[in-house]
Amino acid sequence: MRLIALIKRVLTQMRRSPRTIGLMFIAPLFILSLMYVLLANNNTVNSYVGTYNLNHQIAENLETKHLKLSSTNSDRHIQKQMKDHNWIAFIDMSDRKNVEVTYQNSDLGKTQLVKNGLKASIMKLKSKDLVSNLKVSGQALKAQKQAILTQQKALKELAAHLPAPARAKMSKPTNKPKVTGKIVTPTDYKITSHYIYAGANATFFDQALPALVTFFVFFFVFLISGISLLSERTSGTLSRLLATPIRRSEIIFGYIIGYGIFAIIQTLLIVCFTVFVLNVHIVGNFWLVFLTNVLVAFVALTMGIFASTFAQNEFQMMQFIPLLVIPQVFFSGIIPLAGMAQWLQWIAHIMPMYYAGNTMINVITKGYLLSDVWLNLVILAAFGILFTLLNILGMRRFRQV
Amino acid sequence: MTNNLVSVQNIAKSYDGKHPILKDINLELLAGQIVGLLGPSGAGKTTLVKCIMGMQSVDHGKIEVFDTPMPNRQVLGKIGYMAQSDALYDELTARENLIFFGNLLSVAKADLNKMIEHAAQVVNLTNDLDKPVSDYSGGMKRRLSVAIALLQSPHLLILDEPTVGIDPELRQQIWQELKQLKSENKSIIITTHVMEDAEQCDYLMLIRDGYAISQGTPSELKEKFGVDSIEEVFLSAGRDK
Repeated sequence: MRLIALIKRVLTQMRRSPRTIGLMFIAPLFILSLMYVLLANNNTVNSYVGTYNLNHQIAENLETKHLKLSSTNSDRHIQKQMKDHNWIAFIDMSDRKNVEVTYQNSDLGKTQLVKNGLKASIMKLKSKDLVSNLKVSGQALKAQKQAILTQQKALKELAAHLPAPARAKMSKPTNKPKVTGKIVTPTDYKITSHYIYAGANATFFDQALPALVTFFVFFFVFLISGISLLSERTSGTLSRLLATPIRRSEIIFGYIIGYGIFAIIQTLLIVCFTVFVLNVHIVGNFWLVFLTNVLVAFVALTMGIFASTFAQNEFQMMQFIPLLVIPQVFFSGIIPLAGMAQWLQWIAHIMPMYYAGNTMINVITKGYLLSDVWLNLVILAAFGILFTLLNILGMRRFRQV
Repeated sequence: MTNNLVSVQNIAKSYDGKHPILKDINLELLAGQIVGLLGPSGAGKTTLVKCIMGMQSVDHGKIEVFDTPMPNRQVLGKIGYMAQSDALYDELTARENLIFFGNLLSVAKADLNKMIEHAAQVVNLTNDLDKPVSDYSGGMKRRLSVAIALLQSPHLLILDEPTVGIDPELRQQIWQELKQLKSENKSIIITTHVMEDAEQCDYLMLIRDGYAISQGTPSELKEKFGVDSIEEVFLSAGRDK
C-alpha cells in the first residue's frame, strides 16, 4: 500500500510537469530526427578537383556525378589556387609519370572520395596495359610453341635411326612439360551486392544508430531519475517521507517502478520512432531491441538515483554527466572496440553502455538472437540490481532503520 | 507502561566525532504535556527532534518513545511530525498531499476522508484543499504541514518551528488546537525561537550550542532567574554559561 501510494504519487507528479514529459518523450525523438536529417545526406554536393597535366584516361575514370575536374595551366601556388577555386584536391602530373596529389583534407570523406577514385582509375589503366601486354606475350608464346614442335619432329626422325633399347628409353620422357598457353580473355565480372542491414544507401546514421538509440534512453532516464530523487532530498520531502513508517527499500522501489513506467513508455516511443518513422531496418527481433533498452533504462534509473546521493544540488548532478554519462557513449560501439588499446578494452567492460551498445549493434545489424546476447542482458540486469542494492544501503544515511 | 511518552537520557551527538551538536540532554515528556525546545537557530533543536524520531543516531545515551527504544520504524507511524521546511509536493493538490501521507501511515481508506476534512478544518484550509500546493502562499504551506502532522490524530506530535511565517491570528488558532489536543491527553514537542510560543508551553528546555542551559516550567524558570519573561530567562541563562 505504501509502495503503491509512492508510485501513484510519482506518476501524478510526472503527469503534472509537462516539461519533464517533454524532456523524456519529445527531446530524444527531436535529436534522433535531427541526426537523421544531418547524417543521412550522402554527399550529394558537388566537389571540385583541380588538375594539371592529368592523363586523360585517368581523368575520364575519375570524373563522376559529384566529382568535377577542372584543369589548370599552372602547377604553382597550389595552395592559393585551391583556396581560390574551393578545390578539395589538386592532382599534379607535370612529369607524366608520377601523380602528385594535394588534399584540402578538411572533410575526410571527400579526401577519401578522391583517393579511392584515383586509385581505381589508375588500377583500371594498369589492367588495360596488362591485358595488352598479355596479348603480346601470348603471340610470343605461340611462336615459341611452333618452334618446339619443329624441334620435336626433328628429334623423332633422329630417334628412328637409333638402336631399339635406346629408342625405348627415349620414348619415355619422365616429366613432360605441359605448356598451357591458352590465353584467358578478361571476363567482365558483374558484381551484385546484397546488404543484410540498411541497404546500399547506408549512411553514417545507420551505422551509429543502434548505439545512439540506446545511449539516448540511458541519458534521459539517468538525468530525470537522478534529479527527481535529488529534489526530493533538497526540498525536505525525503526526510519527511522517512518520518513515516515507510521502508527505505519501498522508497527506492517506488522510484524505480514509478519512473520505470515512464522509462518504458519512452523506450517504446524511441524504438518505434526509429523503426517506423525513420525507417531504420532491424535485422533481428524488435522485442529483443526493446528488452535491451528496458534493461538500459533500468540501469540508468538506478545509476541516476545512486549518483544523486553524491550531489547536493541540480548543478552538481549535471557535473556527473561528463563524468559518468558521456564516456559511456564512446564505449557503446560507435567507435569499434577491437581497435582500442587493451587497457581501454578493460575499461569498456565496466561500462553498462558497452554491453548495451554491443547488443543493439548485434541485434539490429546482424540479427543476433536472444540465445546469442543473453549474457549481455544478464550483465545489464546485474548492473541494475547492484545499483538498486547500493541505493537501498545508501538510504541508511538518512534514517537508521 | 510508565507515564513518559518520550524519555531522553544523557544523549550526546557529534558531527564527524569532533564537533559536538548535543551534550548531556535529558528530557521527559508526560502524557498531556506541551514541551517547548527553545533556542536560537543552530542550537541543536532540530537535531534533538530528529534524534527523538530515530532519524539520526546518537553517540551515546538512550531514547525511548512509547516505551520503545529508538530508532524504530513502526513507532514513527504513531508520531505526527512537522518538519522545519515545508516538505510538500508542489505539483500535487493539498488533498493529494494529505492522501499520500495518509497512505504512508496506513490509514484506512474509509477513515482517511474524515481525517482530511478534520485536519483541514483545524488549519482553515477546507476551501483550498483542491488547489495545487504551488499556488499556496508561505503561510498556507505551513498550515498544510500542520494538517499533515495532525492527520492520524497521533498521541505524540513533534512540530519543528510550526509558527514560523504564520500570521498572529493563525498562530492563535494553531495554539488553540494544540491546547485542545493537550486536553485529549495528547503530548506535544515543539521547537521554537519565538518567546510567545514559549510562554504557552507547560515545560521548557532552553538550548544553546547543544547544551540544555536550563529547563523547567515557565514559572519555575522565571522564578529561578528572578525575571518577568522567558526572553529575560533566556538572556540570563545564556550569561550564566
